[in-house]
Amino acid sequence: MANRLRTIEAVRGTLRDEMARDDSIVVYGQDVGRNGGVFRATQGLIDEYPNRVYDSPVAEAGIIGLGVGLAAYGLKPVPEIEFAGFTYQAFHQIQQHVARLRSRTRGEFHCQMTIRAPFGGGIRALEHHSESFEAGYAHVPGLKVVVPSTPADTKGLLTASIRDPDPVIFLEPTRLYRSIREPVPEEDHVVPLGEADVVREGEDVTVVAWGAMRHRVLGLVDDVDASVEVIDPRTIAPLDTDAILDSVRKTGRCVVVHEAPRTAGMAAEITARINDRALLYLEAPVQRVTGYDVPYPLFARESAYEPDDDRIRAGIERALEF
Amino acid sequence: MPRETAVDFAIDRVQVLAPDGSVDEELDPDLPEDRLLGLYRTMKLSRRLDERAIALQRRGELGTYAPAIGQEAAQVGSAGALSESDWMVTSFRETPAYLTRGTPPHVLLWYAMGMEEGAAVPRETRNMPPSVPVGSQALHAAGLGWAQEIRDEDAATIGYFGDGATSEGDVYEALNLAGVYSSHAVFFCQNNQYAISVPREKQTKAETLAQKAISAGIEGVQVDGNDVLGTYAVTRDALESARGGDPVLVEALTYRRSLHTTADDPSVYRLEEEEAEWEARDPIERFEAYLRDRGALSDERIAEIEASIEDELAEEIERAKEGAQRIDPADMFEYVYATAPPELERQRADFGGESDGE
Repeated sequence: MANRLRTIEAVRGTLRDEMARDDSIVVYGQDVGRNGGVFRATQGLIDEYPNRVYDSPVAEAGIIGLGVGLAAYGLKPVPEIEFAGFTYQAFHQIQQHVARLRSRTRGEFHCQMTIRAPFGGGIRALEHHSESFEAGYAHVPGLKVVVPSTPADTKGLLTASIRDPDPVIFLEPTRLYRSIREPVPEEDHVVPLGEADVVREGEDVTVVAWGAMRHRVLGLVDDVDASVEVIDPRTIAPLDTDAILDSVRKTGRCVVVHEAPRTAGMAAEITARINDRALLYLEAPVQRVTGYDVPYPLFARESAYEPDDDRIRAGIERALEF
Repeated sequence: MPRETAVDFAIDRVQVLAPDGSVDEELDPDLPEDRLLGLYRTMKLSRRLDERAIALQRRGELGTYAPAIGQEAAQVGSAGALSESDWMVTSFRETPAYLTRGTPPHVLLWYAMGMEEGAAVPRETRNMPPSVPVGSQALHAAGLGWAQEIRDEDAATIGYFGDGATSEGDVYEALNLAGVYSSHAVFFCQNNQYAISVPREKQTKAETLAQKAISAGIEGVQVDGNDVLGTYAVTRDALESARGGDPVLVEALTYRRSLHTTADDPSVYRLEEEEAEWEARDPIERFEAYLRDRGALSDERIAEIEASIEDELAEEIERAKEGAQRIDPADMFEYVYATAPPELERQRADFGGESDGE
């Protein structure tokens, strides 16, 4: 059985299912209670679980720091940070405690926490509401980083994240919350972390993209005069390197697309891994189609900043024509 | 009336055992003599461990170490008021508190020997590992206390930090969130007068650190931190309040009589006269005089206790050194995740020289 759901409904349904399944899950964050979250991801949960759903004061470091205590106690915190651009206010808690608790105590403690945050650009939001910092979190050992791109994957990945014994940064692309509707399995649905999805098979060039960029890529590949394979890693850390390498060994060409700035972005890491282990299969340098190395602009300029159809198409053509 | 007092606040200061040896009978926690002697021995053990650790560091056998000399009453009294079902959250200068909770000295030495084994405190002891980022752990105490409230547990959590930490946003957030969520937290601030070199009066214009509680709507109280009966009594009451969902901030007025860490030279930023003043208020001497007065201690008894401490530490230091010989660097890959992801496994194989060179 499957209902046609939007991403936001998949988030809500998954939280509800997991809370029913496991009474150690606590959901909290700014406006997640009565208001149901600024995007309504937690709507209604406080009525069902008044003792496990809490509104939080505006205190991102506090929200995450409290979670370390909840997790040490044995509860499973699933906090929401209202926008990923405000996870910086909690970065020290994430980097110094959430990510390290297991290793610094040699497994005596661990931090089973899924930090959800609306993420990425494209919704004409205020300053600081559109950032893509997945590479920053991927750079922190001990964390897992997930970016779902479809309603069904959202359910499968959020379920896997909440059940994962290690901390997960779960980044939900805001512009996909309501833009797609698709069948989502009603029954238990787990998409294992670290498994990429080969969204579309092709022979000539591999395009790696996640979040909103996956859909932008899929929207234009039919117009490209080549057979394009599209891979959505779904989990940024740990990255499914083998899926990308298998594809590149077949096509010999690769384009990586992301909204985040180019320097030290995930495209650089993916390129390095291809160079390490599949260099001799390459027919062209890996092409990076990314945001520029500028602070994410206010929304009047955001469409000029993020990779658009023309830039992605040009990147694919550069890979094909090298 | 265009302007009137909206709310009035006051901060109490508590002292049970005065420097002159007198005891406030109303506030005296009336501990049985074996408990008193237990607290005394732990204070002495901690002092001696600190001295030996500094010496070991000077010989290159230990890394940077943060002694708690002068703060033994603050920590042993407060940690002594915890029950086994309570949690303890520490910063990096809580040797006396850990010893009070039964953590063996060799584990504390391991942390200063640069080994994670020193932070691998067994979870069932309900002690959190030491936390270096100043003040960040106050939130963990608030969170543990919140969990106790969510689970309706008749237990509390003590969270240690210093005067320096009260300048950190995390501490303010911890106090405020603890109040909002009825966390079972007692925040125990050891005001040892210095944040490394910056004196208390240059850290905040507030008259007391205890009054930081007022802005969070929770109770704040000061206690003579060199009075072990006082820190015990105040913490016992604070824990009782916290178990009922009313968190408390305790400011213990004490003095870091030794170094910030072994990398520090206090002569650069404080006067010998000041150090001498606080030497006269030493917490162990005050408690020892009290125990002698009530006939619980004699020269012979003190000599016995000191000898048993020397024996214990000799054994523990040996055990710490033996443990340091046994470390396996390869196990740094072991505990990053529950299950190491493929890229980490590749790095582990590289480290072990097993790479397939692909």
